[in-house]
Amino acid sequence: MTGYTGKGLRVDLSTGKTYIIVTPVSLCADFIGGRGFGVKMISDRITLSYDDADMPLIFATGPLVGTAAPTSGRMSVISRSPLTDTVFDCSVGGRFGTELKRAGYDFIEITGKSSQWVSMIIKDSNVSLVGSDNLKGFTTSETSASFGNMSCAAIGPAGENLVRYASIVFDKHYCAGRGGLGAVMGSKKLKAVAVKGSSAISVMDTAALDAARKEIMRLLRASQAVFGEFGLSEFGTAALVDLIHSRRMEPTQNFRKTIFDNASEYSGYRMKERYKTRKEGCSGCPVLCKKISSNGEVMPEFETVSHFGALNNCSDLEAIVKSNTICNEMGIDSITAASTIACYSEIEGISVTAEQMHDLLRRISIRSCKLADALAEGSYRYAESKGAPEMSMSVKKLELPAYDPRGAYGMALAYATSNRGGCHLRAYPVSHEILRRPVATDRFSFEGKARIIRISEDLNAVVDSLTACKFVFFGASLEEFAKAFNSVTGSDHNSQSLLKAGERIWNLERRLNEMNGFTKSDDDLPARFFIEDGSSSEMIKISAINREDFLNARNNYYRIRGW
Amino acid sequence: MPATTTTGYEAGKDKMISHIEKYTAKLVNQGLSMPNEVTMMLLDADISANRPLDDCSPELLGVFDRMNINSLLFARPAEPYWTIINFLLEHNDKGARSNKIVPQDCETRTFFHDIPVIEHFSSDEIYEALSARKSVIIRNRGIASWGHVSLEQAFVSFSSTCFSTYVKFFDDMLQIFSQDNADEQTAKQLNLALGLLKPSIPDFTTSTLHKGSAKTEIEALMMITEAGKAVVRHRLVDSFFGNISVFLNEKIYISQTGSSLEELETCIDEVPIDGSSSAGITASSELSAHKNIYLTTKNKAILHGHPKFSVIMSMHAARTASNEGKCNIFGMPLVSGDIGTGSRGIVNTVPPAIKNAGCALVCGHGVFTASNDDFNAPLTRMLKTEEYCLKECINILRACCPSSLTKFLPNLYN
Ligand code: SF4
Repeated sequence: MTGYTGKGLRVDLSTGKTYIIVTPVSLCADFIGGRGFGVKMISDRITLSYDDADMPLIFATGPLVGTAAPTSGRMSVISRSPLTDTVFDCSVGGRFGTELKRAGYDFIEITGKSSQWVSMIIKDSNVSLVGSDNLKGFTTSETSASFGNMSCAAIGPAGENLVRYASIVFDKHYCAGRGGLGAVMGSKKLKAVAVKGSSAISVMDTAALDAARKEIMRLLRASQAVFGEFGLSEFGTAALVDLIHSRRMEPTQNFRKTIFDNASEYSGYRMKERYKTRKEGCSGCPVLCKKISSNGEVMPEFETVSHFGALNNCSDLEAIVKSNTICNEMGIDSITAASTIACYSEIEGISVTAEQMHDLLRRISIRSCKLADALAEGSYRYAESKGAPEMSMSVKKLELPAYDPRGAYGMALAYATSNRGGCHLRAYPVSHEILRRPVATDRFSFEGKARIIRISEDLNAVVDSLTACKFVFFGASLEEFAKAFNSVTGSDHNSQSLLKAGERIWNLERRLNEMNGFTKSDDDLPARFFIEDGSSSEMIKISAINREDFLNARNNYYRIRGW
Repeated sequence: MPATTTTGYEAGKDKMISHIEKYTAKLVNQGLSMPNEVTMMLLDADISANRPLDDCSPELLGVFDRMNINSLLFARPAEPYWTIINFLLEHNDKGARSNKIVPQDCETRTFFHDIPVIEHFSSDEIYEALSARKSVIIRNRGIASWGHVSLEQAFVSFSSTCFSTYVKFFDDMLQIFSQDNADEQTAKQLNLALGLLKPSIPDFTTSTLHKGSAKTEIEALMMITEAGKAVVRHRLVDSFFGNISVFLNEKIYISQTGSSLEELETCIDEVPIDGSSSAGITASSELSAHKNIYLTTKNKAILHGHPKFSVIMSMHAARTASNEGKCNIFGMPLVSGDIGTGSRGIVNTVPPAIKNAGCALVCGHGVFTASNDDFNAPLTRMLKTEEYCLKECINILRACCPSSLTKFLPNLYN
């Protein structure tokens, strides 16, 4: 079947042995690739602890990877999260997926534990493990640099020290950020995976793929959110700073307020002006939403800039950029890190200065003191240890990103029902509630949202499995991506049949969480959102969410899901 | 007919119902269908519909069962759309039954690609077609469309199907007649459509809008809202396409992307012209074109609509003119332009034309008009251009009509 290499790599770090395994046709047919592959592959071991030798860490490409389909450079990393205890996948960009597929593999499944630090090097069919004790303590960019021009997935000191929200950093600044998969890698004593491939990627019908690509590009060019004056291509995701501010749903001071007066100090415009940014992006992407300063520093994404800004009461752009750099270099998730420190500030009744923030981030990454050790556990475990778990602004122990749910009720429901915890990307209702894509919905209403969230969850499970980028769905739709998928693989899918696969993936994730003890009671928001109003203005009222309306919508969601 | 749900009045049901009633009314008010021809269904945990579910076709309910969507619309289009669609189907067939219509206007090519056609009003066929496209034409029955976020999507798809088939019909007719390929059957069909045309063409009597340029933000917002209602009332735009802006105090006030032009009260973005705020990420996708116009001219108000005959004549002119760039219609320069950015994008082609002529006709897309104070002149210019294009279309058809067919075309001479 074109679109897949037909084989994967299995690596047992305990024995140092590698195996080639066949990619099952049924896996491709039922679970598409990327996230779907990983979730299915992990399903028989999901009850193991994240640091059990037999717990797999999976890197999976998708059928579109390496083809001419727009945003075809992404892939997924899957394991069980040390932070949330749920099954967990991260969609990640850069060029690793493309190189891996060119090297001839649909996926890598890593199990076992090495007795010493190792790195895996893949050059087409040559796969080797090399001792990497010399890289211990290296930052992610230092680690990456030691593999020359190979594409590299590396953990930093945080992954080595099993920080529960350690990330894996690909190609120096593309992060498998959330959920602590870097700690899974660290528990295996795997410092890096470097890959270089040289094979061409086969496609069933090049002309049909070209036609689908043109349709997608026309739609992207017509999308204000993508290629528009203020779109992602121009400002990156930081374009959202001004918008979310204007909608008064900007999490501020650990979600105690929803407006931060100085947000314009770190807007996308300010960043572009101050750092003279250039565009960069994942392999195969025409949008190029990553922004890099003239001296090569990576600009923070919207979630990061807002959480190191408003959430921590800081309007100093340079300090925020530095916080982001520390997170990337040490290999920690910037959203959870910023939110954990905001939670600490609230519990302690203090305000952390920029210098203290930078110091804390470094110390957390190496668990260098008692406080850092406690904060390295994430906001929920830290707040619980202080007898105040309600101060953790998280769902299923995953810290919420930078959209206050009191300002978008679909987002409130989607945070709660998310299979990986407080994540905006599972259903991304911000798309219609705020960005008016594909059309606008009433952000202050739960009406109809249960079904919309269910459909979007299925849709994004497909997107993460194809593996495409969610941002292109601000313009294009599954209709066009079904054509791209068919032209690559020769299958006969349409948007509805792909959504069926998305539903299958979603339901499997839910079942895996249930096997680990999760119940409906975990599908809930922190109490703050039901009892405290946000920051209203004369024109926009941000009220506490009506709990009964929320529960009704959640109940409707369960009925729609058939649970 | 009152709207209903499957299980009585549950929390929020009222809102679902008012949503259905709003879009049913829009279909009727915009002359796209008749109330008793419309089935509109919205699904959360329960189905709400504009008629008792027992009266909804089991075939449509079957589609809803199988698709992962939240809204479904089925209606027979009002005249002249239905006659026009039937002609296109017949004309398309040419021996074998055709399974799609391929419109040529810019919006439809971008957002719809093509429109599938099916033979039977059956769940299976409708499901197959709607799984791959946003709307489907069902022979002898009507148009079905869907949404996965809102009924608005289903409404927009239905409306766009009517718009694009209308444009294609007259564009095809101009080609058939000017290439001397008309036969008796075609002439009869054209005559039939022309006889039914009235409800779809604008009221050409000019409206008077707020006079003078905006002095305050409130005035700017009021002017945009008023102009939005006027272009919809005059049928110069399908309600969800087109965009409007005012320039005041170094800020552009512009309708948001996908906003309904007759309901702009809460859908206007404020965009500093120096780009210092990106809150305008939700602004119309033509924001950059508006901005470039304000940066290069003294204009203070811009109107962009999709009047049907202006679009039809732009396509005809582009096909027949030797040099598209130098062509103009009724003094309006004809320019090329894809939606959004890109070298052939409106952002690059429209501003120079506006600078020179104060207006521009974008091939296969629509009309931009502007003025240095209020919306009166832009609205009048758009109306007059549309009136001219309608007449010119008839004139061309008349001039090309073989004498042997004139007797089948009495409406052409009205
Ligand atoms: S839009 Fe951004 S994140 Fe998505 S594929 Fe492109 S560069 Fe990567």
